[in-house]
Amino acid sequence: MINKEVKNAEEAIQDIPNGATLMFGGFGLCGIPENAISALVKKGITGLTCISNNAGVDDFGIGLMLKKHQVKKMISSYVGENAEFERQLLSGELAVDLIPQGTLAERIRAGGAGIPAFFTPAGYGTEVADGKEVREFNGKHYLLETGLTADYALVKAWRGDTSGNLIFKGTARNFNPIMAAAGKITIAEVEELVAPGELDPNMIHTPGIYVQRIFQGNNYEKRIEQRTTQLA
Amino acid sequence: MALDKYGIAKRIAQEIEDGSYINLGIGIPTLVANFIPDHISVVLQSENGMLGIGPFPEEDQVDADLINAGKQTITTSKGSSLFHSAESFAMIRGGHVDLTILGAMEVSENGDIANWKIPGKMVKGMGGAMDLVASADNIIVAMQHKSRSGDSKLLKECSLPITGLRCVTKIVTDLAVIKVLPEGGFELVERAPGVSEEEIIKATAGRLIVKGNIPEMKI
Repeated sequence: MINKEVKNAEEAIQDIPNGATLMFGGFGLCGIPENAISALVKKGITGLTCISNNAGVDDFGIGLMLKKHQVKKMISSYVGENAEFERQLLSGELAVDLIPQGTLAERIRAGGAGIPAFFTPAGYGTEVADGKEVREFNGKHYLLETGLTADYALVKAWRGDTSGNLIFKGTARNFNPIMAAAGKITIAEVEELVAPGELDPNMIHTPGIYVQRIFQGNNYEKRIEQRTTQLA
Repeated sequence: MALDKYGIAKRIAQEIEDGSYINLGIGIPTLVANFIPDHISVVLQSENGMLGIGPFPEEDQVDADLINAGKQTITTSKGSSLFHSAESFAMIRGGHVDLTILGAMEVSENGDIANWKIPGKMVKGMGGAMDLVASADNIIVAMQHKSRSGDSKLLKECSLPITGLRCVTKIVTDLAVIKVLPEGGFELVERAPGVSEEEIIKATAGRLIVKGNIPEMKI
């Protein structure tokens, strides 16, 4: 087996340059690559284009990178939980591209699967359609959308082996598997890193071919945005 | 008397058919789950990658890796399945979800919906709303009949940026149940208990069609 293990987040991200395009797995704060984000904040690279469904909150997730002005552009579907994001957007420091969530997911899936473009009905007749080719199929209108790839994809899984096979847990899967395929270099962090052969091949969500570097993450905070229980 | 948000959710629950797959939006739509009768079996879809949303967890069951689209902690139920975001929207776009219930800022008389942006104020993004309204055949909107400033939210044309065209089939508000006709126009179907036709006519800016005696909702 090919061994893709690196020591830690610092080593995994050490060659990411200023101005890179990065994908970040996660939905809200669920399933985000916490260790890689911390390392990027510490390294302090700037001018980044970040593709992520959300932009974190003020003091966690991608919000930490926004605070340090490392992000030039965000490509997301929903960014409503972040006041610093709003401030930078209104002052013109930050560019943002808002994309319907299903279109964002499919653009990433297509990018990783070698599909340069596809037609989708989402956004037809709205400002999302501005400047896009419209085609009619069976009486319904569709927009032409292009596949998305990134210089680096930063993903987080529950368990992984040193050859890069990944298993996700719960709804922390979200954008992680499709981003793993769409990164030219994909960096996976896992809660538990094991030797090849220890994971059941029937249970693998992301085959190791998509992952170039993998490391055992630590100190996962797994912050909850809306803690809701039966009693509440 | 006009319904509160629970009343709206309760009335929408009556629209739900046994054996259906349903996507509930954030806000009043989420409350609908509480009023689905026990003899009806449905599966709730969460756009972040889950079919079969269970109840909110007990204090000691809370799992950060299990949330709904509103980022609330949830549980799985018997028969749940989990998947990635592209798969989630494939089942939405592919027409496999039977019913979509979502909130709105405005609905027009031809079924256009606006619910993602108020120009000049903060833009939060559309999330999955544009994908849902572009694909679903059966879309029920849950909302207040009028805005906080007292303006009708049922209009001839939407004034806010559109989320999707000609997609809403039914609207349940604090005042009424209204059908959006395929040829355009709002048809008054039911009144909230104690709310008069005149009151609903006054609160509706778009073309409202009132045929015969309009019954009260039974909730």
